[in-house]
Amino acid sequence: MLRIECPCCGPRDHDEFRYGGDASVKRPAHDDPDPEAWYRYVYIRTNPAGPHREFWQHVTGCRQWLVVERDTRNHAIAAVDFARKLPARKSTLRKSPA
Amino acid sequence: MARYSAFSVFRNALSGQKNWQRAWRAAEPKSSYDVIVIGGGGHGLATAFYLAENHGIRDVAVLEKGYVGSGNVGRNTTVIRSNYLLDGNTQFYEFSMKLWEDMSQALNFNVMFSQRGQLVTAHSADQLDGFSHRANVMRLNGIDADILDREDVRRLVPYLDFSDTARFPIHGAIFQGRAGTARHDAVAWGYARAADSHGVDIIQNCEVTGFVRDGDRIVGVETTKGRIGAGKVGLAVAGHTSVLGAKAGLELPIESHVLQAFVTEPLKPLVDHVVAYGADHFYVSQSDKGGLVFGGNLDGYNSYAQRGNLGVVREVAEAAIALMPCISRVRLLRHWGGVMDMTPDASPIICPTPIEGLYLNGGWCYGGFKATPASGWCFAHTIATGKPHPLIAAYGLDRFRTGHTLDEAGAGPLAWLQ
Repeated sequence: MLRIECPCCGPRDHDEFRYGGDASVKRPAHDDPDPEAWYRYVYIRTNPAGPHREFWQHVTGCRQWLVVERDTRNHAIAAVDFARKLPARKSTLRKSPA
Repeated sequence: MARYSAFSVFRNALSGQKNWQRAWRAAEPKSSYDVIVIGGGGHGLATAFYLAENHGIRDVAVLEKGYVGSGNVGRNTTVIRSNYLLDGNTQFYEFSMKLWEDMSQALNFNVMFSQRGQLVTAHSADQLDGFSHRANVMRLNGIDADILDREDVRRLVPYLDFSDTARFPIHGAIFQGRAGTARHDAVAWGYARAADSHGVDIIQNCEVTGFVRDGDRIVGVETTKGRIGAGKVGLAVAGHTSVLGAKAGLELPIESHVLQAFVTEPLKPLVDHVVAYGADHFYVSQSDKGGLVFGGNLDGYNSYAQRGNLGVVREVAEAAIALMPCISRVRLLRHWGGVMDMTPDASPIICPTPIEGLYLNGGWCYGGFKATPASGWCFAHTIATGKPHPLIAAYGLDRFRTGHTLDEAGAGPLAWLQ
């Protein structure tokens, strides 16, 4: 079992959380027309055997989305933080002239 | 290579069964090979065997980082079936089934293939309609399939919960009589022995640490036993495809997840078939030793640890008792985990790669064991000819980019929800 140190609620069993996958994947800007960028966002994963930054939501606790850094070989958790602290994403597209 | 037969058992009895030769040589690597297959599991060994048997390519090495059978070929629940719905999967798994039916003869090794029949229970009229759709697709492809109503199921497997208080009452089932189980270790050993008899070098305790390149082309591998040259390299390391793929510079749509399996203490004969629970994720068969062998869901988060968490033990036990209340007092003997390559569409990837000289066989999700012979057959063809075998045309790596996914699980691209 994993024990995740929720920054809101303290150490909790991972059964209280919902997994949200790789947190290092960057979502393209909503208006990005490049199919390659969306393909990489939806499908391509680095899938490391080692430290992995991943989303967990504390669904039966504070309901916050967290970013957990966990080693996929032995489940040792190095860091937990709120996902909302991740830098906001901005469109990389230039605005078309009005 | 001495042929195994009733007569050879008798002849060796005269010398106390002490003079059997080893099933395959303990090979040390040569400086180069025509083909190197990375991964000494079922798929890698089958690939090496069919390279020699079907294509006459005998200068082949299989590199295994542990020992033969230490990975997923020895960790699965041994179920073999060909009840797939989607075009591409249906034909591939049926081809595999036909190879299973002949495997013990073809390998001269008893893999204990037992066509005991597999059924999946349906728990609503709608689910049974869905199974009828699947059964029709199977029959149109020449595969045996039957739809059973509740009374049929009760006659076949009376130990399931048919009471008024069943959490999910059984409406019927889909049944494939030719499905069954095989002894998974014997599959690995049988392919290893048969490949070795064709001259294939099986090199154990030899981990691949990198690839040797000549320009854009891969021309060999770096291993813990030194550099080995190769005309072509085939990857058959499902569970760790991303790790080796990254060394080669491949970006892959794969996540590694742990799937657990369980065995109970031995019981007298109870489960004559393979039974899968249609209302939850649980499937069970009984081994020849009497233990109930069963499995359930993924652990639910990326993992390379070959062990599982207790939450899944509880969930699987709950599903087991919901379907088969009679085993509530049976004790678990062991549980273990294997690392799965989970693809976004629950279908495998077998194809040439964008890197010249490198061929990929991975992404087997839950379904690798039953595919072992067909996977080896088609991967050997792909390596030998440089072109995908027609049966694996749908399993290309580019299907995700072009939108031609084969979403058999119907779960969307979140691997841990499949």
